[in-house]
Amino acid sequence: MTSVILRTATRVLMPLLLLFALFLLLRGHNAPGGGFVGGLVVSAAFVLHAVTYGVAASRRALLIRTSTLLSVGLLVALASALPGAWTGRPFMSAVWGTLGRGEASVAIGTPLLFDIGVFLAVIGVVLTIVFTLSENDPAEG
Amino acid sequence: LSPDALHAAIVLAPFLALPFAAWLGGRGRRGAALLACVPAALTAYFVYLFSAVDRTAPFTATVRWAPGLGLALSFQFDGLGILFATLVVAIGTLIVLYAATYMDGNPRAGRFHVSLFAFMGSMLGLVLSDNVVALFVFWELTGFTSYLLIGFESERREARRAAMQALLVTGAGGLAWLAAGLLLSQIAGTGSLSEMLNGGVRPIDDPRYLGVASLVLLAAFTKSAQFPFHFWLPNAMQAPTPVSAYLHSATMVKAGVYLIARMTPLLGGSLFWTGVLMLAGGLTMIGGSYRAMLETDLKRVLAYSTIGALGVLTLLLGIGTPAAVTASLLYLLAHACYKGGLFLVAGAIEHETGTREVSQLHGLRDRMRWTAAAAALAAASMAGVPLFFGFIAKEQFYAAAAQFAPSFPWVWIVVAGAVLASAFLGAAGFIAGVGPFIGRTSAAAEHSHEAPRAMWLPPLTLGAVGLAVGLFPAFIDAPVGLAVASVVRAPAAVHLAVWHGLTPILGLSLLTLAAAAMLFASRETIRRVAWPRALRTERLYSGTLALLDSMSRRVAPWLQSASLRSYLLVVVVTAVALVGTALATRRILPAPSRWTPFRLYEGLIAVLIIAAAVSAARARSTIGAVLSLGIVGYGVALTFALFGAPDLAMTQFAVETLTVVIFVLVFRHLRGFGDLSTKAVKVRDAAVAIAAGTLITTLVLFISASGTTSRLSAFFTGTAPALAHGRNVVNVILVDFRGFDTMGEITVLVTVAVGVRALLRIASERRG
Repeated sequence: MTSVILRTATRVLMPLLLLFALFLLLRGHNAPGGGFVGGLVVSAAFVLHAVTYGVAASRRALLIRTSTLLSVGLLVALASALPGAWTGRPFMSAVWGTLGRGEASVAIGTPLLFDIGVFLAVIGVVLTIVFTLSENDPAEG
Repeated sequence: LSPDALHAAIVLAPFLALPFAAWLGGRGRRGAALLACVPAALTAYFVYLFSAVDRTAPFTATVRWAPGLGLALSFQFDGLGILFATLVVAIGTLIVLYAATYMDGNPRAGRFHVSLFAFMGSMLGLVLSDNVVALFVFWELTGFTSYLLIGFESERREARRAAMQALLVTGAGGLAWLAAGLLLSQIAGTGSLSEMLNGGVRPIDDPRYLGVASLVLLAAFTKSAQFPFHFWLPNAMQAPTPVSAYLHSATMVKAGVYLIARMTPLLGGSLFWTGVLMLAGGLTMIGGSYRAMLETDLKRVLAYSTIGALGVLTLLLGIGTPAAVTASLLYLLAHACYKGGLFLVAGAIEHETGTREVSQLHGLRDRMRWTAAAAALAAASMAGVPLFFGFIAKEQFYAAAAQFAPSFPWVWIVVAGAVLASAFLGAAGFIAGVGPFIGRTSAAAEHSHEAPRAMWLPPLTLGAVGLAVGLFPAFIDAPVGLAVASVVRAPAAVHLAVWHGLTPILGLSLLTLAAAAMLFASRETIRRVAWPRALRTERLYSGTLALLDSMSRRVAPWLQSASLRSYLLVVVVTAVALVGTALATRRILPAPSRWTPFRLYEGLIAVLIIAAAVSAARARSTIGAVLSLGIVGYGVALTFALFGAPDLAMTQFAVETLTVVIFVLVFRHLRGFGDLSTKAVKVRDAAVAIAAGTLITTLVLFISASGTTSRLSAFFTGTAPALAHGRNVVNVILVDFRGFDTMGEITVLVTVAVGVRALLRIASERRG
């Protein structure tokens, strides 16, 4: 798996895919996108990386352990549900605030946090499965 | 903090102390002994509450929990609840002090103290809960913490087995209470116990009464080890001794008695209630006390005598007169003092000699003087020696039974049974509290010496309390009176005295004492000739478990074939059959009214999908099959994109890509691409697949051509920007409107990932 074309393509595509995923995550509330598909795109980027450079290199490139992503994702999603409950409303009620002023203002709320939780959990799920499967090589074992 | 929240925090204080229990519990005996401050402070508070409630009235403290469901975390502070609560924390203080030394040096001491405090909190919650559901939760929590404590030495098979048995038996009782509590709430129209008690609810007139009463009694009998559910209690002696003293003698096993007392104003007074309680209580009293005399293990002697005493309490509550209720509560307190003390003594003896076998324990009196003193005080109280608490309790017991007798002549049998059981219990008390200390020094006793102070002081304190109350019983008139009042629902004046004059009851007491001494003296002969030795109702339990096992062995293979294809077959065939039948018979499909024009590229995509699907089914290699499936997926994604669902299309593209990669990775683990199905199976599968495809196609065609528009999409596009600040309806639904669903879905995904990882790791370890 050391084709020059693949390596070059990966080097160029990785940053683009990651940026695109972030873009999808952030714009999801108003236009096609969201945490789920964003997470899938990030996963696809790392799968591409793993195919090119091997799983060990991808694990290093990811910086965070996939199992940590799983739990952090779930916890972030759970945390987004709490502010509603603290303000005396049902669990998971959205709480909104505004960032910026006038024309440049944007509404920010707990659903964004929830979407980030979904984003992280999806990356964790896909990469846990893909990495474990590819490390578990029956031919090597 | 509002007063209500403050009271809730006080009840839950042992739970709040859990981090300290984990921290200090593992730091040697001095650290762990500090933990006793918590129950000590609580004891002081509950003692103070007695005077407060005496002056004012019982009160409740409510913290909102789930208002939408009408659930509140509410606590009721009345005489009965506070009496039990005081018992829990007062004995708890001594137990924590004792356990600090008993567990010293054990690497899992921290965990032990955490379980102990969790139990204490659960027990407090149980006796003070005002809500039927909260009572259930605390009830099961005491069972769960008891499970942890019985099975504390989890490396021993018997300990694990006993823990599981106690959990299953008392847990089943807990479920019975849940059902009973919910039925009661229906009858009363409220889930609050205090509202039921004060609201004049009369479940007796309700057709559901018999069901409620049976369920309540089932719960109480399993928890309080009444015949025929008593077998778990002697087995629970696998627990460390402080646990046996605390849970399985002084407090938890009294939870059933508490429930009966609590329910008496609501459910009592019927022939069913009185009859079942007296029958079960009487049998348990006689059987337990008789068996206690035959046992030779110190803790089993005490366990069976506890069963006997629990029978006495049940019997008295069955009689149900104010005098009997008073006697029951007095007996309960006296029993907690002497039996808790004797258990702690047994623990000290085992700690010093390494054995609990009464035949090997003699002549410890000079080597363990303080322990001997504590044991003697407890045994004297248990046998009912005058001037001890046990004597007063037994006098009241006899008096209540005798007072009841004239109206029902057959009840004289009860009095006779009471004397007999008390004599057995007295003998058991002597066996556990006197036997090990008298006589010539046995081999096991030779190298023993006095237990550490923290191990004789708590039982000595309990013994001293028993003597003090016996000498000045008027001291507990007020608290017991308050507790009795909350059971009989009328002001109850309790006047206890040491001396009642030369009454027949005194004669019975002295007769009992003499009989107990005689039984003790001839204990070895009795053990030899006794018959029957045991009833073995435990077979009920093992039989039920075996039945469940064999049933699941027969049913499970049907439901869990572990074959993905048969699961899919069941799901698809069921769906096709149900939907198809409905369509064919009900004519619910709207007639097509508009056909959209057909475009060439749509047809091309359709052909591509069909061709790829056929190719996937006929593929001769894994890669071929995977790629064909990928093309099917991409085709579907294209369709989404063309028909105005960009979110779906994007997700589908990403998912398909990753699926192909994962399939390729998985197929490396499989050996080749065999042709494993017979011709008939292939034909069957093809028929099912074609039927499902035809059905879905028909559905989609008819629905999209029917001209009816969904009201949902208009609703969501209308409300999403206003309510959820988003214009992408799909995402707004996912993260806001139906966020709970998404939460569930990502939880499932994470679980799957953990499962995949675990399975593959096991597989790779197997390969070596």
